[in-house]
Amino acid sequence: MSVVQPTAVAATVQVGEGRSGSPGALETRLRQRRAEGRKLLVPYVTGGLGGDWLDVVRAVAAAGADAIEVGLPFSDPVMDGPTIQEASSRALESGATPQGIVAALREAEVGVPIAVMTYYNVVARTGHRRMATEIARSGIAAAILPDLPVDEAGPWVDAADAAGVETVLLAAPTTPDDRLAAICRRSRGFLYAVGLLGVTGERHELAASSLLIAARCKQATDLPVLVGVGVSTTDQARAVCAVADGVVVGSALVRRLLDGAGPQGAGELVADLRSGIDRG
Amino acid sequence: MTTHEETAPAATGLMGAPGPGGRFGDYGGRYVPESLVPACIELADAFEGAWADAAFRARLDGLLGSYAGRPTPVTECHRLSEQLGVRVLLKREDLTHTGSHKINNVLGQALLAERMGKPRLIAETGAGQHGVATATAAALLGLECVVYMGAVDVERQALNVFRMELLGAEVRPVVSGSRTLKDAVNDALRDWVASVETTHYCIGSVMGPHPYPYMVRQFQRVVGDEARAQCRVLLGDDPDLVVACIGGGSNAAGTFAGFVDTRAELVGVEAAGGAALGNGLPGVVHGMRSQFLQDEAGQILEAHSISAGLDYPGIGPEHAHLAAIGRARYVAVGDAEVLAAFRLLAELEGIIPALEPAHAIAWLVRAAGTGEIAPGATVLVTMSGRGDKDVQQVKEMLA
Repeated sequence: MSVVQPTAVAATVQVGEGRSGSPGALETRLRQRRAEGRKLLVPYVTGGLGGDWLDVVRAVAAAGADAIEVGLPFSDPVMDGPTIQEASSRALESGATPQGIVAALREAEVGVPIAVMTYYNVVARTGHRRMATEIARSGIAAAILPDLPVDEAGPWVDAADAAGVETVLLAAPTTPDDRLAAICRRSRGFLYAVGLLGVTGERHELAASSLLIAARCKQATDLPVLVGVGVSTTDQARAVCAVADGVVVGSALVRRLLDGAGPQGAGELVADLRSGIDRG
Repeated sequence: MTTHEETAPAATGLMGAPGPGGRFGDYGGRYVPESLVPACIELADAFEGAWADAAFRARLDGLLGSYAGRPTPVTECHRLSEQLGVRVLLKREDLTHTGSHKINNVLGQALLAERMGKPRLIAETGAGQHGVATATAAALLGLECVVYMGAVDVERQALNVFRMELLGAEVRPVVSGSRTLKDAVNDALRDWVASVETTHYCIGSVMGPHPYPYMVRQFQRVVGDEARAQCRVLLGDDPDLVVACIGGGSNAAGTFAGFVDTRAELVGVEAAGGAALGNGLPGVVHGMRSQFLQDEAGQILEAHSISAGLDYPGIGPEHAHLAAIGRARYVAVGDAEVLAAFRLLAELEGIIPALEPAHAIAWLVRAAGTGEIAPGATVLVTMSGRGDKDVQQVKEMLA
């Protein structure tokens, strides 16, 4: 088992390969921004973290996010490091529920596409069709389920497709080329390239694997490719954006929220990231 | 020495190989972050190769014999049998090296890690038995070993922590969530996501993503295969009932595998406060679709019992399947019954059980008393571990 290196030969990629229907709201927005020559910024906010979390989401949108990932807290988040674990427990302890967060987003008028990120048990317990329907009814564009790999994703993706909800799949540094192709075929919205072997969290240095996986994903698909996990600072985001279409930044933002930054502090961080990656 | 006649499958299809997706009926599967999927596939291939390799099996059998002390005996409990009015036999996994059945699985997985060229083992542990067993196998084969243990369990099983450290392992207390076994699994998975290139995750029960539930059951089936042959000698027949305690369910799975194609009734005994089959709902956690204690939103609940080893809110997927099709049944007992059974076995048979198999004895006492077990019936109970680790705790509870 090792990090898979890029192959020399670029894969032939066709837009919309392996899917039917037109792209959803998230993918449409990201493609449009990319076409404008812009790098994509998708911040992550834990839903239900603090009474003002919806204000945080709006502030992050106003500060220049192209889309926003909203975490639906789960009791056992195995893909998350200490920061998002802490945020999830705090949200749950204050009474937040995945259903409540999805419902609250219905009225939110955020102005950019929202993707909810949660763990598969939340979906399995709710039921595929019901979860997809509730997400769609709230105007949420997409869902990200990091413990649902492509081999097991069929029943959910079918229900999500039917409800018009995009399912963002993840590709990891250990993913071999044949799996990467399968992941690209079923992913909607964008392709989430996991930047390193590890859980979410801030890192001092950008992992070399971030650029490798970004390059492999760009070869494999025309979907927007965003790198997340271990992308914390403006410099790291800029370095990744030299190869990828954009970045997901989670723990760096959530840590500030845990420290009490509030909507204003969150907005400032996102504005800094925005201007950093726009400088190129 | 044991033989490896795989008695189960053909006729009934029960407890055979689950196929590449790792399904047991509706349960099982491989629900892990993408980073880990290639490692799980590699492990499944490596296990299939090793299990079919006579040299690997001979090496494992050699260690099970000369190091772990197999075969373990079956002991007939004359005084307990007389008191209960049923004929009770114990499969004595408490007599293995390290004092529980956990050694059977870790020797297999440690050899497999070596075969895959992975120099580091990680493990989760609740009561500490699996942690001690993993640390033991790591010492034996010269592998690095890190054990994740809930901070609550680190306190209530301090001696096992020291044992692991003596064996050269690093014990990392887990302070997230409920600070018990399920959180130790979470942190072990998080470690593995980051270390998968050099590390084998040595899961201690028939749980987790495919191939773990299947592989661990195969490494534990030596318990059931031996017991079946021993019962034939002692009873001239298969027993009427086969009983084992269940947290994740590895000793039960290994035991049941030896009897699934006999007429024996199979009974798994859960702790009342951790009864994933009694009170759980279908869900997907820790890499598997199974039954879990959870709320209506899908948040996982904490399990509570007298025994750290059974404090797991889920159960192995094959048990969920055996329950669904009715081939095994699953019952639960409370702490008070367990304490009484713990004392009873010590007083009548001179065997101090671990609190985990004391659950199996507790159900036996109850069911014999109510007539649920017919008078004179023959019952094999797997004594999955010895009670040394629990003596201090029981002393405090009885004070």
